[in-house]
Amino acid sequence: MSDLQTPASSPASGAATSDAPTTATAASNASSVQATGGRTLLPRNTLLRHLLVLVLCAVGAVILLESTDLGFNAQIGYVAFYAIAAGGLTLLTGLNGQISLGHGALMAVGAYTTALLLDVEEPLPLVVIFLAAIALTSLVGAVVGVAAARLHGPYLAGATLALAVGLPGLALYFRDFLGGEQGLTVSSPDRPDWFVEGIRTLSGNSASGVKWIAYIAVACLLVTYFLLANLMRSRIGRTWRAVRDQEVAAELSGINLGTWRVLAFLVSAAAAGLAGAVLALVVRLTAPTAFTIVLSLSLLTAIVIGGLGSLLGALIGSALLVFLPRALRDAGESLDMDAAQAAEISYVVYGVILVLVMLFAPAGLVGSIRLAWMKQRARRAGARTRG
Amino acid sequence: MAAATVATTLAACGGGDSGGGGGGGDSAENEASDIGITEDSIKLGAHYPLTGVAAPGYSEIPTGVQAYFDFVNANGGVNGRDIEFVYRDDAYNPTNTSQVVNQLVLEDEVFAIMSGLGTPTHNAVTDFLNSEGVPDLFVSSGSRLWDDPEEKPYTFGWQPDYEIEGKIIGQYVAENFPDAKVGLFLQGDDFGEDGAAGARQYLEDQIVAEETYVPGNTDVRPQISALQAAGADFVLGFNVPSYTALSQLTALQLGYAPQWFYSNVGSDPVLVGSLLARFSEGAVSDASLLDGVLTTEYIPGVDNPDNEWTQLWQRVWEESGQEGELTNYRAYGMSQAYTMVQALQSAGQNPTRDDLVAAVEQAGSEWEGPGFSPFRYSEDVHAGYSGMLVSRLLGEGSEELTPVLVTDNGDAEITEAENEPASPPESGIPDEEPIN
Repeated sequence: MSDLQTPASSPASGAATSDAPTTATAASNASSVQATGGRTLLPRNTLLRHLLVLVLCAVGAVILLESTDLGFNAQIGYVAFYAIAAGGLTLLTGLNGQISLGHGALMAVGAYTTALLLDVEEPLPLVVIFLAAIALTSLVGAVVGVAAARLHGPYLAGATLALAVGLPGLALYFRDFLGGEQGLTVSSPDRPDWFVEGIRTLSGNSASGVKWIAYIAVACLLVTYFLLANLMRSRIGRTWRAVRDQEVAAELSGINLGTWRVLAFLVSAAAAGLAGAVLALVVRLTAPTAFTIVLSLSLLTAIVIGGLGSLLGALIGSALLVFLPRALRDAGESLDMDAAQAAEISYVVYGVILVLVMLFAPAGLVGSIRLAWMKQRARRAGARTRG
Repeated sequence: MAAATVATTLAACGGGDSGGGGGGGDSAENEASDIGITEDSIKLGAHYPLTGVAAPGYSEIPTGVQAYFDFVNANGGVNGRDIEFVYRDDAYNPTNTSQVVNQLVLEDEVFAIMSGLGTPTHNAVTDFLNSEGVPDLFVSSGSRLWDDPEEKPYTFGWQPDYEIEGKIIGQYVAENFPDAKVGLFLQGDDFGEDGAAGARQYLEDQIVAEETYVPGNTDVRPQISALQAAGADFVLGFNVPSYTALSQLTALQLGYAPQWFYSNVGSDPVLVGSLLARFSEGAVSDASLLDGVLTTEYIPGVDNPDNEWTQLWQRVWEESGQEGELTNYRAYGMSQAYTMVQALQSAGQNPTRDDLVAAVEQAGSEWEGPGFSPFRYSEDVHAGYSGMLVSRLLGEGSEELTPVLVTDNGDAEITEAENEPASPPESGIPDEEPIN
């Protein structure tokens, strides 16, 4: 995905701030292709470059979806909604330095909005429903953000944790409207004729409902990442970074910390809302048991493993979230364990992998690779100056 | 895609053959008549909570199913085909359920899904299974959602639903405890709601309080003290096993000793006993607290060691060589597996997915098995067992208090079952005639 960061923060300027955030958020601080001015075929204009990457990714996604079977298509849908939410969260945590344990609950807002709007005789166009889900979730996110802007570290974690625990309970309280424990089933939107025709001429595959939903999910993912990438590289993204790294300096430069934190929360919530909407379509049900604290924590592990502040990292982390437990379970079963043992073991191994990544790649996968690459380049540059 | 086309073509051939060779009987050959069926195997899929909060107890069901299928396979399988049973963990989270069922249907390519456990979890996949035309048999939940042949022609329930259970309990209490002041202790979902609706048909005048708990909140003191304050001397619980343990311990702390009646779901004495020991940190060490508690039963379990079916399950369990004891959850899984074998036999030698559904609709109400009462299956009804009996727990055993009572949803009357309890066949494997 387009994962291009601000040119402003070179490794040197990062080192000027306190150590901890620089290492942890190395993935978001790395200087970009453009800043280096090195050999690159990509255009120098940010928007053009991101558009080009978007088109390339879209082509890649279509090839991926058409060359794999329906089962894999379905899994891609799951990766997409995790990645959309993780993208929003990585902006909040990686770029703005705020933690949220409540993103699962924000996804629930988006999912329930979608389920309710689809459950009518003549549902609105899907785009309108998605926008409504985003709008409502952003509103909730803004309200939470106002409270969150005044809190730090464990207090912020606690406040958002309350959201994660409390919000799904509303579905039980307003049982008649929100379906209670058994949830609301989501009627799948009809696939349009042009889609069926298009898939047939493109690859000869049959365009089933699963495929249509996978395409919707991937389209949402690409658009979200395109918008988030632009935002991260804009003035707004730089301001968020300033708020994260040096509060005092940022305030002295005339930045209103509270306003910018609320804005970060709002953008992040918007992504979570869209993720919830996609989840509703992919899972075909919204029930409180789907939005427990476990979901919020999974998103957090995804962005930490991938590399805080990096969209590519968020995507990789989300893919691991979907495919790793499954791969581990299959490996366990091939070792002659029964399904229950394999399921239990897969969680243990997953935890061990998490710990190992934190030990040996504290900046996450993308962050660590980028750090290593930058170190090597600095060494070469140093050698050149001496020589 | 190519594979699917081949399967469809084969299915068409299979239909033609079984029509032509109908007189041939045994001479007809096995064919790969639909997705998930080959000449010598049938693949079935399921989802259960194998990890997480709902795993204790429920994770034992698939081991029972597996044990019975192993037993059938060792004795020649169904029409010479071995049953391959693939089950996966969903941790009782609907998002995971839809993911693993997608995998079972699209990647593992199972012939049918059976025994999917849980109301919110299974509710996430019925739409998908019905739109893909995958038989979705014998859901492990007493919700009434599975009895909807118009919208969900491929989905079938299995156990008696919570509403008819509520009715049978309500009538029993009204007749045998006419002066009791009844308090209801309900799980805050369709389980509690349907059960209460059934009970209220007979107990409306006797109910003095109705208290609901939210699954996950482990403090039930407010609910139990409210029942005590309302003067209820008879508490009827529609709750899961962990809340049986919690309500017992809370009542003990409050010095509250009504007559307890727990519906079938929450009354497994072995599991509740172990939960009691854990929650009370050893202060209460076994299920003795449950002595004298009333409950309902619809299949024989380990509390009736003399029952012929329990003896069969014991034999099957020992032959399977799996670790652990036979439990009521394993007996439940074996009973479901027994019904599944009946369905596969009725569907004929080379069944398609639609044949399997037709077999349950046409022959299901005639099947004799471990269940005390007949199934209600027909073209218009996809609900499972029609009745149960009331019993009293004594230690880890139980004593039957009523004959088997059968009824239906709504205001259908409750009557005594007409059928005699069936004995298991000598071989331990059913032998049903194909429907076509």
